[in-house]
Amino acid sequence: MSNKSNIFVKGIVDVSPLMIPVVPFGIIFGVLAIDLGLSPATTMAMSIIIFGGASQIVFLQLFSAGASSLVILSSVGAVNSRHLLYGAVLSEHTSDLKMIWKIIISYFLVDQSFAVTNKYLKQSSDKDKVFHSFGAGVTCWMIWQTTTLIGIFLGSIIPEELGLSFAVPLTFIALLVDDLRKLLNVIVIIISGLIATFGYEIIPFKAYVIVAAVIGLLLAMILTKFKVFRNG
Amino acid sequence: MVDLSLIIYCGLVTFFSRYLMIAILKKEMFTDRIREVLSFVPSAIFPAIIFPAIFLDNTGMFVFDSNPKIYAAAVAVLFGLITKNVIVTIFSGLTSYWLIIYMF
Repeated sequence: MSNKSNIFVKGIVDVSPLMIPVVPFGIIFGVLAIDLGLSPATTMAMSIIIFGGASQIVFLQLFSAGASSLVILSSVGAVNSRHLLYGAVLSEHTSDLKMIWKIIISYFLVDQSFAVTNKYLKQSSDKDKVFHSFGAGVTCWMIWQTTTLIGIFLGSIIPEELGLSFAVPLTFIALLVDDLRKLLNVIVIIISGLIATFGYEIIPFKAYVIVAAVIGLLLAMILTKFKVFRNG
Repeated sequence: MVDLSLIIYCGLVTFFSRYLMIAILKKEMFTDRIREVLSFVPSAIFPAIIFPAIFLDNTGMFVFDSNPKIYAAAVAVLFGLITKNVIVTIFSGLTSYWLIIYMF
């Protein structure tokens, strides 16, 4: 096996434990999409074309609330802004690669693969170490497509009264739990949540997600500046 | 009906959010300060999805009295803080939600 293949396989192995929570997440996405009246083909197309759990769930949530295409698109953009940071970290190690590899690695870049690759990049001194991200990302891709498909089948069986759509806020709570331990994050979380809740009816075009997120981020900017200043 | 072109546009936005920095970034552009503010992105966006889904009903009306979702979300936060486990967080919330709506 070549060196790149070894690193690729290492990526698969490292990301595997993180796939456990992705399984219910993917199934929930498939079930919700079918519940909301999307066709199996459209649901599958979303998982292949977008390939981002948070983006796809936000898409469904806003779609079911009757938001316009522009609001859905910009909200998906807002949710994706965290990828800019992931890309920034990886860019240090992808700069010598051909463009096609940059495109492939980008398509497969998700939260879980970044989490394990970021760790690996710090430990390894191999020149091809960024292929770790490719291996981890492909693993996530396979799990995501498979569980979407399972969700599509279950969606026609699971009754609507179960209130599975409540799994959406629960999923995002689960992704935020680590931040709940930090005071500044908790302040931002509460303010953003309150703006979205009370702005839901007032802010036009269902743009409450973006408005709340932008104000939340500005608040974070001010709070962290204050913290830096205070610490000297 | 979901338009396929909207899915493609969302796919492009998602792809370019991943590709942009890999394509153009010079390392020096990312200061610790920008990194720190960007670490707040989930805290700024996710509650805007969480709160309305818990506190508002389908018509956008505020529901505070005997709203099972508030209790279930509180249980989920508690289990999340204790276990730090994504699956436990989601299923503790769902289970308590079902217990409340089927028992009361």
